Amino acid sequence: MLLQARGLSKNFSGLVAVNSVDLDVAEGELLAIVGPNGAGKSVLFALISGIMKATGGSVYFRGEEITGLKPHLIARKGIGRTFQTTALFNQLRVVDNLAIGYRMRTSSGLFSTLLRTGKWREDTRRTMTRVAEVLEIIGLKEKAFHFASTLTQAEQRKLAIGIALMGYPKLLLLDEPTGGLTEEDTREISGLIARLHKDLKITICLIEHKMRMVMELAQRIVVLNFGSIIAEGAPEKIARDPKVIEAYLGVEHIADSQ
Amino acid sequence: MNIRLKGRWWYLAIFLVAIALPHIVTSRYVGQIIIMGYLFSIATLSLNLILGYAGQASLAHAGFFGIGAYGVGLLTKGGVSFWIALPLSASLAAAIGFLVGLPTLRTRGSYFAISTLCLGVIISIVAGNWVQLTGGYTGVVGIPTPTPIRVPWTVEIRFDSLLAQYYLVLAFLILTMFAMHRIVHSLTGISFMAVRNNEMLAEAAGIDTFRVKLTAFVIADFFAGLAGGLYASIMGSISPSTASMELTFNWLVYLLIGGAATLGGPIIGAFVIPIIMESLQFLAQYRMLIFGVLLIVVIIYFPRGAMGAILQLGEKWRREWRKRQEEGPRVAASQRP
Amino acid sequence: MELFLQQIFNGIMLGSTYAIVAVGLTLVFGILHIPNFAHGHLYMFGAYIAFFLMTIAGLGFWTSLLASVAVMGAVGVILERLAYRPLRERPHIDSFISAIGALMILETSVIVIWGPQGRRIPNPYPGIIEVLGVTMSYQRLIVIVAAVSMILLLNLFIKRTTLGATIEAVAQNREGAMLVGIDVNKVSAITFAISAGTAAAAACLVAPIFIISPTMGALLGMKAFVIVILGGLGSIPGAIVGGYILGLLEAMGGGYLSAAYKDVYAFGALIVILSLKPTGLFGKEVA
Repeated sequence: MLLQARGLSKNFSGLVAVNSVDLDVAEGELLAIVGPNGAGKSVLFALISGIMKATGGSVYFRGEEITGLKPHLIARKGIGRTFQTTALFNQLRVVDNLAIGYRMRTSSGLFSTLLRTGKWREDTRRTMTRVAEVLEIIGLKEKAFHFASTLTQAEQRKLAIGIALMGYPKLLLLDEPTGGLTEEDTREISGLIARLHKDLKITICLIEHKMRMVMELAQRIVVLNFGSIIAEGAPEKIARDPKVIEAYLGVEHIADSQ
Repeated sequence: MNIRLKGRWWYLAIFLVAIALPHIVTSRYVGQIIIMGYLFSIATLSLNLILGYAGQASLAHAGFFGIGAYGVGLLTKGGVSFWIALPLSASLAAAIGFLVGLPTLRTRGSYFAISTLCLGVIISIVAGNWVQLTGGYTGVVGIPTPTPIRVPWTVEIRFDSLLAQYYLVLAFLILTMFAMHRIVHSLTGISFMAVRNNEMLAEAAGIDTFRVKLTAFVIADFFAGLAGGLYASIMGSISPSTASMELTFNWLVYLLIGGAATLGGPIIGAFVIPIIMESLQFLAQYRMLIFGVLLIVVIIYFPRGAMGAILQLGEKWRREWRKRQEEGPRVAASQRP
Repeated sequence: MELFLQQIFNGIMLGSTYAIVAVGLTLVFGILHIPNFAHGHLYMFGAYIAFFLMTIAGLGFWTSLLASVAVMGAVGVILERLAYRPLRERPHIDSFISAIGALMILETSVIVIWGPQGRRIPNPYPGIIEVLGVTMSYQRLIVIVAAVSMILLLNLFIKRTTLGATIEAVAQNREGAMLVGIDVNKVSAITFAISAGTAAAAACLVAPIFIISPTMGALLGMKAFVIVILGGLGSIPGAIVGGYILGLLEAMGGGYLSAAYKDVYAFGALIVILSLKPTGLFGKEVA
């Protein structure tokens, strides 16, 4: 197992957001996490990536416990993530946004920066090489020197994924990567996700509301409701699960996806 | 490439003006104002690093300036060479910054601003009350000018004339600008801006935001201490007002009006505003009142200050220019029958 | 023993004013999530208004106090409207800078109008009594009684009235409050009025005991911040308890250690507390 969560819980002063969740993500998998609003999906991501501290339970990544580690340390171990509300460095250019994501793979400090030592030049070169690679992957080469705030919605989503890709993550946590996008843009992003999974062999964990996309992309679906997992399995099985239909999906959604 | 070259030309032109300035301006009074402008430029540039680039409101900046000033003042009076006292005092300022930053930069939000504001007050209270060390409210007087540098077999560079002091301070200003330029135009500088812009995303993208903030704070304090040390040696006397909150607030005004998070802004601010205030002597009494109003107006309506406005205008012109160049041939083509 | 009791009494008196000022500050902090660095300056300005009314206009102590509270309440509303509201959606640091601008305006105005030197307000109740060897001036007793009643009233207002409950709701959950249709602008303005008004009242109460000066605001404002952090940002009981702790700490430190450094103890305590527990003694986890 690449990622294992055991009994993961989070309370907000009495309110239970995530209730003792056991989650396994196998290497090479594309897993979708679905559920109604407020089901605790984003909180679950926040707990795994260290943005929030769990009130109970533990998380293991590649066999190593990562519970309670600071987010940047978890990122360094190989978990990249995006946020639900498009989070970018709006005041920076696209290239600099990406460069931030690679900082964890370089180590030149203050003195090599001031003296521009060989190490500093090597680090800068490596960063630029990786930026060029990722620009190619996410297809934003034309916009490389634009400010992030001037990008279109779809471009911003690509950039957010790009930042997470920079440090060669083993696992990507994508929180509603297509939320609020048009159908055309959604297809584009979902194509990008499929490529990351197939070509780059990155394990992906996806929170998504658009059921058609989930059914197409995901190999396995986990359904969350009121902070607990109420069902999990292959897309076809989930689509037929009466508990899931009752809790969330609704009949027309399933019909939509088939 | 073209833009870079243009930037270099600018630097060269300003550099030549700065070199020639003491030969154009001969008034001792104006000379002193310019030296103060350089010293406060160093202080404002360093405040810019933590406040402008890293986005953390450090409000004890004059305190660190004061630590540098008292360090150099007391050490050189005790017979230590200026060239040892200066780096030592600047490092002391940096070390105190490190110790204060360690607990207060861990959390997001207001703790850091509040703590540094308190630290600024503590430093000025200590400067006024630790009479045996600091001389209390009378301060330290009779601080020697910087120790002469002996160049073997040739001449001895002395710093007791205003001209020599001018070039000394200019050299340190250029050193500071050079360091700031290298930091800002590097991955280190980009991570400062990333932390300011979106701390949570920076953290999730693998940036140790605490360490980034601490680094920015310590560098800023080092240069503030450096400016303070130079100030003590050149002015010859210091007092608790050398570490006062009012000084920090002045620099804050220079920084914001000049343009936070730009390299030119702090220098423009530290030069232009004192000169304007100097020429409006009758307003001296209302100085801090005007500054207060300016601070609120600038932060609400022009958050990137004068330099920000200039850059924005430049960007707009460049875009217009490009658009016109692209449209030109197309218009010509469409007009062909 | 007598020195000890005397310092306890002085500490309680100091603590009472600290508690009022800190409650006002913590209310504003809870509502706006920005530290109002000018809070101590509002306190200082309030003292000067009372000074003006008593010495120039010749009004009585209590009339001047009430007038000062009213004026400062209005100043608080103006401050919120002009310096803070336009920056609400911007990064916090912008509001910090605006707050610095506000405190510069308040302090310089006082210096321009009344001069930089200290002033003295005539003591309306000059008598003293002695209990158990402790000298208590009437004015100091009045400070304690008035401050405690103000704290109780403020608590009643927040716990028992709709407006108070609304303020608390906004302080605890701004987005939620907006969703249920609370006018956040109105609540912010009212909170600022209360905060500035109570600060002015505290300043007027102790003004006859100490000399008032333009710089007293900065120091008191910072102590209020120390208290608010000590008590947990936004917590009213925390601010009250913290205010009394600091008052006693200072009186004891000033009495037994060094009087010159009595202002440093508070800040020393802050740095120590922040290194041990970064969210304050009673603070909640910051998300």
